[in-house]
Order: sequence, then C-alpha cells, then structure tokens
Amino acid sequence: MKYRIRHVTRYNYSEAVNLCRNETCLLVRETEHQRCHNSVLQISPEATDIHERSDFFGNRRTHFAIQQPHDTLTVTAVSDVEVFPRAYLQKPEQSHPWEEVVEMLRTQRTPDIVAVMPYRYASPLVPLLPPLADYARLSMTPGRPLLAAAIDLMQRIYRDFSYDPASTTIATPLAEVLEKRRGVCQDFAHVAIGCLRSLGLAGRYVSGYIETLPPPGRERLIGADASHAWFAVYLPGNGWFDFDPTNNHQPLEQHITVAWGRDFSDVSPLKGIALGGGKHQVVVSVDVARQPTPPLLLQQQQQQS
Amino acid sequence: MISEPETSISTATDADIYRAIVKAAGTGGYPEHWQRLQQNLEKMGPRVHTRFREAQRLLRENGAIHNVFEQGNNTRAWQFDPLPLIFSVAEWAHLDQALIQRAQLFNLILQDIYGPRKLIENRLLPPELVFPHSGFLYPCADRSFVQPQQLNLYSATVAKGTDGNFWVVDDHVRPPFGAGYAMETRVIMTRSFPQLFEGLRVHSLAQFFRAVRQCFNQLARHNQEDPRIVVLTTGPVDPDYFEHAYLASYLGYPLVQGGDLVVRDSCVWLKSVDGLRQVDVIFSRLADDDCDPLELRSHTGGGVPGLLQAVRRGNVAMINPIGSSVLANPALMAFLPGICRYFLGTDLNMPSIATWWCGQPRECKYVLENLDRLIIKPIQPLSNLPQTTPGQMTSAERQRWGELISANPRLFVGQEQVDYVAFPAYEKKTLTTRQSLVSLYLTAHNDSYLVMQGGLSRVAAAGDNLLVSGQRAGSIKDTWVLTLEPHQQVNLWLRSAADVALAPRFVSLPSRAAENLFWAGRYAERTEQTARLLRSVLVKLREVKEFNDPDDHLSLNHLLQALTHVTLTYPGFVGKDAQQKLDDPRAELLSLIRDIDRPGSLRSSLRSLGRSAAAVRDLLPEDAWRMVDQMQSWNPRVGRALIGSGRMYDSVQQLVLQLSAFSGLAYENMARETAWLLLNIGRRLERALNLIDLLNETLVPCYDSATEARIMETVLASCNSLVVFRRRYRSFMQLSPILELLLLDENYPRALACQMRQLKKHISELPQEANVPTVGQDEAIISTAMEQLLATDHKALIRQISDTGTYPLLEALLADQKLRLQQLSDSLTQLYFSPTLALQQFGSPLREMAL
Repeated sequence: MKYRIRHVTRYNYSEAVNLCRNETCLLVRETEHQRCHNSVLQISPEATDIHERSDFFGNRRTHFAIQQPHDTLTVTAVSDVEVFPRAYLQKPEQSHPWEEVVEMLRTQRTPDIVAVMPYRYASPLVPLLPPLADYARLSMTPGRPLLAAAIDLMQRIYRDFSYDPASTTIATPLAEVLEKRRGVCQDFAHVAIGCLRSLGLAGRYVSGYIETLPPPGRERLIGADASHAWFAVYLPGNGWFDFDPTNNHQPLEQHITVAWGRDFSDVSPLKGIALGGGKHQVVVSVDVARQPTPPLLLQQQQQQS
Repeated sequence: MISEPETSISTATDADIYRAIVKAAGTGGYPEHWQRLQQNLEKMGPRVHTRFREAQRLLRENGAIHNVFEQGNNTRAWQFDPLPLIFSVAEWAHLDQALIQRAQLFNLILQDIYGPRKLIENRLLPPELVFPHSGFLYPCADRSFVQPQQLNLYSATVAKGTDGNFWVVDDHVRPPFGAGYAMETRVIMTRSFPQLFEGLRVHSLAQFFRAVRQCFNQLARHNQEDPRIVVLTTGPVDPDYFEHAYLASYLGYPLVQGGDLVVRDSCVWLKSVDGLRQVDVIFSRLADDDCDPLELRSHTGGGVPGLLQAVRRGNVAMINPIGSSVLANPALMAFLPGICRYFLGTDLNMPSIATWWCGQPRECKYVLENLDRLIIKPIQPLSNLPQTTPGQMTSAERQRWGELISANPRLFVGQEQVDYVAFPAYEKKTLTTRQSLVSLYLTAHNDSYLVMQGGLSRVAAAGDNLLVSGQRAGSIKDTWVLTLEPHQQVNLWLRSAADVALAPRFVSLPSRAAENLFWAGRYAERTEQTARLLRSVLVKLREVKEFNDPDDHLSLNHLLQALTHVTLTYPGFVGKDAQQKLDDPRAELLSLIRDIDRPGSLRSSLRSLGRSAAAVRDLLPEDAWRMVDQMQSWNPRVGRALIGSGRMYDSVQQLVLQLSAFSGLAYENMARETAWLLLNIGRRLERALNLIDLLNETLVPCYDSATEARIMETVLASCNSLVVFRRRYRSFMQLSPILELLLLDENYPRALACQMRQLKKHISELPQEANVPTVGQDEAIISTAMEQLLATDHKALIRQISDTGTYPLLEALLADQKLRLQQLSDSLTQLYFSPTLALQQFGSPLREMAL
C-alpha cells in the first residue's frame, strides 16, 4: 500500500521569538515492512543549521534553528511511504513461552539481545509500578506463548481502558492512567510497555500514523488525522511484533511507522526551545492519503484482525 | 581523649600522638618526616593557635566555607586543620601508579559504554548499570556523536587501612571537583604556617594545573594557538561556586553561566560586551542533565539549548565529556577487578572498598541481612532516601531500607565500612588523632594521566564517619607529597604559578559579568551614600537631644526626609504618618539600618552589593572581595533606645571606612580594562543620582538664614565636603558657592560635573559593537547632559524664588540631569548587558493531537 502523509505543526507566538532551536522526529524510517520513497521537511520561516542524523534507536532526527525574529513557525513533513503486508509467519501459539523469553533476555549476551536491552527497563515516562506487573500477569499466565499472551494483553487494554482524549495530558503519570483506566493511544502503549517490562520482557514504543479512510459501509477507525502510537514486543530469533491496543489489532498495511524508542519522550515529533515568544499556541494536522495502487482486499484484512 | 581543651601544643600527650604517627606510617617505625613536623610544631609553640585563627579566617573570607547566597552560615562550617597529611616518597609512588591505572580504566569503560559495549557482551558489566542508569545519555550514544569520549578529569577518594594499605572509597568524574579547594588549602598553609614546611621537601601543585591547562588547550578543535576556554557554572547559588570562581580565576578563564552562551550555526558563542566570541572548550561544572534543555532532561531549566549539537558537530569540547555521569555509580566498584583484567590484563593496583550490588540475588540477600553494618548508597542520585547511619538504624528504618531495596534492588549497593587510620590532627587547641580521607586529582596528560602531587584531606569530627556523613563534614587539611628532588621546594608553587597564569591579552568580558560589575559599582556607592547620610543623621540626633535647639530639629527633619528620598523607602519620613515618625525617628531609623529584607535599607543594599560582587568575584581583586564578604556580617546589635548613642554611630562609621576601603582596593588594584570601567561607571552614575536626590530634597526649598546654614552644613557633611568647603571658601555658609562646589566643579570628586566628566570618559573607552543599531547612544546622552551642566551659571540658579518657596531653576536643572542619567542607565543595559530572555520549552506535549 502506498501513502502520502502530510504532517503540519504550526506554532503561533504572542510575541516575537528571537531564536529557536528544534529537534524533530518526523521523517519516516525504513523498516522490514515499509519503504520510505521520500520524506522531506519544509520549515517556515527559513531554517538554518539543519542537520539530519540517525539517533540511538535508528530514527531519523533533524536538528534546526531559526535565527531571525519570527512569530509563527510551521514545520511540514511530507512522506511517500510504501507499506508491505506483514507476514506474521510466527503463529502466536507456537512462540516461546514468555518465561523462556525472559530467561533468554536475562542470560544471553548476543549482539541481538544486547541491542534490545534498552527496552527492558523503566524509562522516563514508564516507571515500573507494581500494579503493572499485577495487570500483566493476568495475560502472562504460566507457560503461555509470548505472542498469544501479548495479543491477550492488547485485547484486555482495549476492553478495560476507555479512549478519552479529555482525560489525560502528557504530564499525566502512568499511575493515574492505570487508576482511571482512561487515556489515549500514548497511554495505552505506555501501559502495555510497562506491563511487559515489569515481567522482564522487552517492549518498545512505536510512533506513526494510521490510515483512516473508511472502506465503504464501514466505520472509520478511531484517530482520523492524527499521529498514532502503539507497542511492540521482542521475540528472540524473530524480532519485534507490533500490537495496537487502541484499535485492538496487529498492524498490517494501514500503520505507517515513523520512529520507535523506549517511550514517547524518545520520539517526540517536534520539540524546541525558544528565546522569548510570550504565549504560544500550537495547531497540528495530519493527513494520510492512500495513493493509487492496484486494488487490495481491504475487507479481508479487516476480518483477519 | 588526648588532653584538656586549653592545653597548649607543647604539653599535649606526646605518647598518644607518637602512637598515632607510628600507626599512620604503617611501618612500625617513626618516620623522619613526622619527626620533623613535630619539631617544627614545637618551634612554633603557642603561635600555632594564633596562626590557626588566621587560617580559619582566611578560609572563611575567601568564601571556601560559606556562601553569601545561603541562608545561615552553618551548613558548610568546614574547620581548618593545620597539620598536613604527609605521604612519603615510597607511599606516593604506589598511589600515583595505582591512580593512573584507575583513571585509565574508567576512561576505557566510558569509551566502551558509549561505543562497542563489549563489557556487556562479555558479561563483565551488567546491562542494568548502563541502559537504565540516569547518567547514560541516549542522545550522546548515537553514532553521530563524533566527540572522542576521553575522560579528562578524574578524582578518587582514598582511605588508608590500619594495615597500611590504601583503599578507594569513592570515584568522582563530575562536580564537585575539589582541586580548587586543595589549591586554596595549600595557599593558606604557605601563608599562615610557612614554618611547618621547614626541612621538608614538599611537591608543589603547579605542575598539575599546568597539565590541566595543556589538556584543555589540546581539546580545542579550532583556534589551537589561542583557544577560548570558559568555566561554565550554575552561578553563585551553587554550593561549589567558590571553587568554580577560584579555578576560573586561577586558570585564567572567564566564568560564565548558561545564559552567557548561545549556540549559532552549531557553534557556541559567548555574549560579551564587545559582541559574540566563539568558545572552543567548556569546562562545565553543571550536572550533565542540565547542559542542554533541548535534548536532555534539564531539571534547572538552565544550560545552553543546542549545546549537544555543537558538540556533535565537533565545534566545542566539553570537560568532562557529556555523558560521563554514567561512571558516577558506586556499583561499578564491584566489577572493576574483572574489567581491569579484561582491559589491562592485570589486577587492580589498589582495591576498592568492598561493594555488593543488589542487582545480583546473592549480593542483595547479603546486603539485606547486613543492613546494620553496611553503608547503603544509591547507584544514581535519588531523592527522598532516609538519612541513616549504619549501626544506628531503628527497626523502622531498617524496614524502610529493606522495602526500598527489595522494590528496586538494581538501584542500591551496600559498602563495607573500612577501619581506616587516624592521623595527627589539630582540634580545639590540642593535638589529637582523627580518621582522615584524602581526595586525589588526575588530569588527562600525554595519552595517560597525571596525578596532582597533593590533594585535599578531610578529617572526621570525633565519633563521626566520613564515609557516611559525606563531602561537607569535618575539617579540611593540606596534603603533602614528599620529594627527593631538591628543587621542588614548597614555596616554588608561587613562582611556578606565574607560568600557569595567562599571557596578557584582552579577555572579553561576558555580558552578565559586565552587568554585575555595573551593579556592584552602583550598590557600593548606594550603600556608602546611605551610610554617610545615616552618620550625619545620627550626629544631628545627638545634637537635638543635647541642645534641644529648634533649628537643629528642623535640619534633622530635612535630613530624615532626604534619607527617605535617597533610599527610596517611601512613605518613611515624607508620607502620611511622617510627623509621628519625625517626632520619634528611632524605630524607622533602626529599620533603615538593620532590616535586611527592606529594599533601600543599609543591610539590604549591602547584601545586594555582596551578591553582585559574588557573581564577579573572579574579576575583583582578592582583598576587595574579602572586604565585601566581611561586610556581609555587619549587623549592629543596638536597641532602639540606644540608637542615638555613640555605639550606633561607631558601627556606621566603621562600615563607612570598610566601604571606602573596598572602593580604594578596587580602584588601586584593577587593571583599567572593561571590568574596571563598568564598576566605575556604576559608581559614578549612582553617586550622581544620589547627589541629585539629596540636593533636590535639601537645597531646593528656601529657608530662613539660620536654618539654611544648618541645612547646608549637614548637606556638606553628608557629601564629605565640609572640610573642603571651609578651606576653599573661608566664608559663612552660602548657597551659591555650595552649588558651585557640589554641582559644577569638574575637578572635585564629589561634584556632579566630575561624575559626568568621568562617565563621559569611561563610556568612550568601552568596546563597541558596530552593528548594534543604538551604537553611540550612550555617548550622545552623556554629552548632552555634560553640555547642559557646563552652560549653567550657579549664581543664576537661585535668582528666582517660586510662590511655594523653592528655587525653580535649580529644581529644573536637577530634574533634567536625573532624567538623562536614567536614560543613560537604560542605554547601557541595552548596549552591553543583553538581558537574558526567558527560555520556553515546547513540543514534548503534542498531547491533544495524538490518539
């Protein structure tokens, strides 16, 4: 499936900003399941000091500065991405029991295992609270295959937590999300990651987009025109498997991955420091447009999930 | 213990000291150098006590043990112990080699952690000590981080076991560094106790600082011949600000705060009075996290946005490299022996204190079972930990620790309390023995490390354990490393220091320093002016009391009102309840003298002077700073009833003298560079403004001749001009000559015209940044003011009298001049001080937009 994604972030300041420096994590990375044909940033007013690099997690991170007085800042990322159907060769019921995976992660020191270690511990937005382990154990029952348990965890979060954009902000700690059982995609991803890590598994945060064009006669998926987030779990020997607890399915062709990290703080799409500026107001719009391709059996895929 | 508090050195119980020394030497003998020290002590006799008091005073005055920004002075009451800790040549050879090995090891660990991570792969380092550690900075771990992660500075705290072996009890890679304190301690020793060095060949510390400079210079990627190096501090609020300022001043680097630096085009620039100057190397005294609020999780909101990017691009080098905090982890000690064998193929030359990391089940169990005996430490800074002493835990505390450790075992270590040697110490006028730890310092040098041949020793108070009570407890003492080389005599450090000092060149003055100097000048003058005026008031108060002359009353009232105007402490003696206060001014006067939280009061201005001066203490002459620091404790304890007595007068008089000493010291000892210009501009501007306020209040109204004479006399007295006036005019008090003297005499240092002329001269000498739109504005303002003043005829000023009984022309002139001076102050602020705009952070919470 081919997509063109336009992600516009616009800051309006009440007073002029003399100088600002920013970091974006907006350019789309390549993955096993997607090819990024083109991904560019348009910045207005004109930016200087633009440098792109690959960060610790392999994401495409861009640093830029605006060194002249300005009262609005617009950053537009336009990406042409092709998403391939995910194989999911591994049958969930045939994956290793989760305890075995924990033991492998704990004892092995192969380069692959060392590479996923950053995803095994508490991170800035995901403290390993005791209730997380309790919640996780209901899915991670003794001897259960890891992927089957992860699917169950995803389904439980989908059932137990209400999607409620008014209930939380990014400053809402995970403990409160857990207690209120309400939140948005970031929170659900953080809850799942916390659950996995509390038991010694590796869980990572994936940020990206989701296609929201509804197939004829079907309901739109939640989250039209916005960034999206979900989680992935690591299965040694097989790699990472994605799960979307907000929509209760495993991403297929409609999830476009931008970046991943330990939690949201590693992949914040745009952050900056401004000198001056008074009060600011931010407007974000995301547009995920399917590009003409041979027709696909969308109907069938939906049923699979 | 040893003897009665009042017993002098010569009669101390020699046997005990002897035993301690023999024990300290660890060889069973009585080494020659300890004998020699004892002889030197005996020769000094009771002079030791007086010298001790002097040393303690120096330590305090230099600011090493107190901070003008701290509330209360007792938090860092380090005592000075004049008895040095001495290392023999043989002992030192072992330490030197062991420390170099350890520094190399930490350097290799740092490079591995931010590089191939072979230590983890080879099971020599648990991943839990790296990936979730707060010091492991992910933005510094990506491949684009080109900066070689060379550990530049390293310090170890070492204890000597009772078996004569040394143990490392602590490793330091980040602030506080401590080498500045070591240097300061040596300076005080050579100043106060030169006799103790007699016959002993002690290494100087200068070689170390030379190596530090060399190390910093080599880090500059650009501009190698003349690299620009700055010391970055959190500012005077930092408990270690003394050391930051000390090192900056000793090494000859500007001391800057985050707001003084700006990143443009991926380079770091210093905002200075003559524009932006590129910075090549930053000796950072900030916590790693606080260096760059854009990419790191800053707790203070300080730092320099974009700094990491500048480092990444190779345009600036940081000391130590950002990210080295990952080494600030006591759990590493448990793994060092294996890592040492892996990297160097040998054993550690000096063991670490026994350490059990709770991230391993067996070790955790041991720690939980031995909570009472061990020292429990977190592996990274953690807040809200219970403060407890091993062996003295209550059962509730034990339980609390048990819970904390069990909940997060990987975050804690248990360390053994080693039994370490007690060295001879001086305490409360007696010789005694106290356990000591010594901090030793290393700098990267020619592909290896170089150890400072000396250090800072800390002495535990009786019954205290330094391993537990931490950095600030106990006393500090000098550390001597003996040498066989005859040329390494003690006082050589003074001569060698000259090589270390910066070759003379113009160093740009950071804008913030410029602003603080300007305000130090203004506050010094304001304080002095307030003190002089108060002194006149106190004299008048006594005269009123003694002679009860109504004219005295009237002139006292005018002086009191002038005091309110000059100090801007309205309503004071001019507001609604003024009459009541004029009838009994004592309470208001006392408040104007002593109420430190009342803006305009003498002590409040004094504190403002202290704070401005503290921010630029690296630029002030040492004695001038000392004077400011000494004045901070000025607080006359005189009650309201005695305010008219001589005691208050004497107290204020003493302060006036100290203030004069400060101006004299600054005037006489500062090079005529930008710093001096700004200090003086501040002073002149404030003096001019004060004079205008005083004259406006006292001389603008007309009086009958008897009152007028008294008022004029008081005005002259408070301007310190009575003697000059009498000598010059030899006449009765007359307004017109007074105005001539105080307003128009360009050569009289208290006159307005003189201030204006000086201001004009200094301002023309300030560096100018040509591309600022308002360039030259300051000179234009002062020229206009000067012209108006010179065109004035002092006799004409008092020709007209208004219906309300004032001299309107004089009033108008004063108002004009005041306005121009205020414009000048604003213009200087814009041109040179570049007020730091508030930083705002955005972006992390794109919350409402995400699903």
